[in-house]
Amino acid sequence: MAKKTPAINSSSTADIAFLLLCYFLMTTTMGSHFGLNRRLPPMPDPTQKIEDQKVNRRNIIQVKINAADRILAGSEAIDVSQLKDKIKEFLTNPTNDPNLPEKEVKEIAGYSKGTYPVSKGVISLQNDRGTSYKAYIAVQNELVKAVNELRDDFSMREYGRKFAALGEDEQKVVKDCIPQNISEAEPKDIGQRR
Amino acid sequence: MSRFKQGGKKEMPGITSSSLSDIVFMLLFFFMVTTQMRETENKVKVVTPEASEVVKLDRKDLNSYINIGSPTLAYQQQFGTESRIQLNDSFRTTDEIRDFIAAERDSKKESDRQLMTVSIRADQDVRMGIITDVKQELRRCSALKIMYTARKPAK
Repeated sequence: MAKKTPAINSSSTADIAFLLLCYFLMTTTMGSHFGLNRRLPPMPDPTQKIEDQKVNRRNIIQVKINAADRILAGSEAIDVSQLKDKIKEFLTNPTNDPNLPEKEVKEIAGYSKGTYPVSKGVISLQNDRGTSYKAYIAVQNELVKAVNELRDDFSMREYGRKFAALGEDEQKVVKDCIPQNISEAEPKDIGQRR
Repeated sequence: MSRFKQGGKKEMPGITSSSLSDIVFMLLFFFMVTTQMRETENKVKVVTPEASEVVKLDRKDLNSYINIGSPTLAYQQQFGTESRIQLNDSFRTTDEIRDFIAAERDSKKESDRQLMTVSIRADQDVRMGIITDVKQELRRCSALKIMYTARKPAK
């Protein structure tokens, strides 16, 4: 009769695995990398003649943040919490106000109705050297939020789904209909330097 | 005649701990998959600002980081508390961003160079002046795709 081999005591494997686990917990970081994507405008060519880009005044809203983190949108000082609605009103222009941006009926590839009145509004963001980064990001965030909410509204109306749930082609249509025109103006040296 | 014996004290069987290691291994694999190796040591203190509209970075391998913040306690004696720029492992000035971007660009595959993103990881208390300088320098090196690193607000 063959002798039974005794079972190997496996209670220590858990300890070994715990050690490995602790090692990985210490040496790695969570892969959560989030942020706000932006595209910087290319540096103007010094040899090129400066063409005065004439943009109709009604098509531009200037958002300025000063060194004390106060916000000026258009011509009035407002709070961050009001900024989103202001931008949404600016971009949609629901009453066709002559002071708000004009719309251009554009043909959009892939759009079922063919054309859509695309707003020509541009948001120009200007900051001071003394502005805190926190306030700057808060404003950037509000601007993106305004555009995202408009896109969501549009998607719900057209496709019955949120923007994030759409397919790639449909997302492109929505992006064409509601563009995100945020321009970061050339920096100006105003206020105290830090 | 009883089929079911009642007699005697029965010993409680020991709880098998053999599945414990499986559970821990599962945890281990979870962390191995979801985390990434820490690449550089942070020499500046960075608490990123909160933003609700953040998007996830799609290609982490095409990303290079510029850290901006005040030096951590260990380096404050040497470098003071003024906000500084950290590229890779050392404190740098804005003029050296050009070389850094060139080096980063060289390290990427040729087909991916257009897609390279520069992440600006700045502390929320940093003034915009230094960030504006960095942005201008990036424009000069035509590294135009940037990302302001932010975190989702805790709900």
